[in-house]
Amino acid sequence: MMSAADFAAIRLTLELAAVTTAILLVIGTPVAWWLARTRSAWKGAVGAVVALPLVLPPTVIGFYLLVMMGPHGPVGQLTQALGLGLLPFSFAGLVVGSVFYSLPFVVQPLQQAFEAIGERPLEVAATLRAGALDTFFSVVLPLARPGFVTAAVLGFAHTVGEFGVVLMIGGNIPEKTRVVSVQIYDHVEALEYAQAHWLSAGMVAFSFLVLFLLHSRKRGGAR
Amino acid sequence: MSSAAAEPLPGAGIEACFRLAWPGFALDAALQLPGRGVSALFGHSGSGKTTLLRCLAGLERATDGYLAVRGEVWQDDARAVFVPTHRRPLGYVFQEASLFPHLSVRRNLEFGLRRVAAAERRVSLDHAIALLGIEPLLERMPERLSGGERQRVAIARALATSPRLLLMDEPLAALDAQRKAEILPYLERLHGELDIPVVYVSHAPEEVARLADHVVLLRDGRVLASGAIDEVMPRLDLPFAHDEEAFVVVDAQVAGRDERFALTRLEFGGLPLWITGLEAPLGAQVRARVLARDVSLALAERHDSSILNVLPARVVSLDDASPGRTLVRLDVAGRALLARITTRSAVQMGIAPGMSLFAQVKGVALLR
Repeated sequence: MMSAADFAAIRLTLELAAVTTAILLVIGTPVAWWLARTRSAWKGAVGAVVALPLVLPPTVIGFYLLVMMGPHGPVGQLTQALGLGLLPFSFAGLVVGSVFYSLPFVVQPLQQAFEAIGERPLEVAATLRAGALDTFFSVVLPLARPGFVTAAVLGFAHTVGEFGVVLMIGGNIPEKTRVVSVQIYDHVEALEYAQAHWLSAGMVAFSFLVLFLLHSRKRGGAR
Repeated sequence: MSSAAAEPLPGAGIEACFRLAWPGFALDAALQLPGRGVSALFGHSGSGKTTLLRCLAGLERATDGYLAVRGEVWQDDARAVFVPTHRRPLGYVFQEASLFPHLSVRRNLEFGLRRVAAAERRVSLDHAIALLGIEPLLERMPERLSGGERQRVAIARALATSPRLLLMDEPLAALDAQRKAEILPYLERLHGELDIPVVYVSHAPEEVARLADHVVLLRDGRVLASGAIDEVMPRLDLPFAHDEEAFVVVDAQVAGRDERFALTRLEFGGLPLWITGLEAPLGAQVRARVLARDVSLALAERHDSSILNVLPARVVSLDDASPGRTLVRLDVAGRALLARITTRSAVQMGIAPGMSLFAQVKGVALLR
């Protein structure tokens, strides 16, 4: 059966995923909106940066974040100057890492949803006296709702499945940075295959369920 | 004829001037439209009529533009004035109804209404609903409406904002003939019941003839002609008159009827014009259409033919329509008629400008 440490890891993982997803929705929405609407020459570059975590090994992202947030990195110096201390090996550091790591999984569905809405509803709203912000909340958000659901679910699930970045910048501190994926790694290292099975099977079941719901929603939800 | 009278009063009409250059297309249009009634922007696709309409709405940003609507300046680039679309008191009906799919018909109607200050509301929601006959649809979602119903809701939605200018971009183009026929009467009602100037984009002469009071003819982003419909359509130097189905419109009054033979007598400029049928009520203002090919000419007034309408006319000008055919512009009691006859007849009869003769009108159709 699962130990107290396993449950602590699960709780920490869910907490990390929830906080990360919330932050990503707030940051990702304007980024996705900009990417969907801009004709700027920067669109390609920004889009590529957002997509980088899709192709880079998590160790690379983790390595650079570690350097940046470390005592001699620019981010580290800033956080120290602000009296926040250093981010690596803390929950806050994990959140920062996860936000980068899961960024494309939130931005891309949102961008696609915004692009699918097209120009017309925005023009219609303008001819009905709605300003830009008003239009965003009264027309864009409701029309892009399926995109937001997809983005939130993928962002959450992907953060739950994170391992490399966590190991690089978070280490393996119980109740602080030891998430499920790291806990499984520890179990395997210790040859505790039974425990590793419980957690691993749980992850498989969770991931399958999430993707299953997402896909059946897409097929059934003829919007 | 009455071009001075048709000139809009300063400040009462719509004054617009837009310049815009895109790759492969340039708009360079200056026009004055009357502050009431329906003005049609007419032209082929690519003539710039939709772009011009979008400039009027502020949806397209002409670089060097000026627009004043009934005395209010909405755009004046010389003085860096540009009122954004959502601050312009206008209504816009797109070619496809573009209802918000996530809102019911009622919430669609309320979308614009809610954003208009109470003091500026002059068209009530109930009035807009009644005008377009959409009462039974209010609780439905847009996806459950037919194309014609959607367009009626879109028109009511625009009206509910109490616009001071109503812009319509081929609102009937996406509909089949039956749906068109379903909506046209509603558009005519707008015209009759509301004092809102309408700018209506169309490439269908039939629609223009039924709805418009003023016509702007566009070609390649430029204004070819602009004026009252009964002045622009008979002009021999414009493509209207050379159309296979060329016609003129005659605004007339229902002056009498002959119950026995089921005929109605219209009167225009003191002359009678008989049409078959008894639908039009006595005293009503109606608009009739006379096709150029339905008008033939005679040098003497004849009473030995089956043609009912024989009107005294004066030849204004002639033009070759196509090989072997001649277009004759006539003045009948101050109104213009077109006759398309064979060139041989024109030569044999010695038809020339200034000549008095008789127009035999074979067919008259009531448009509204």
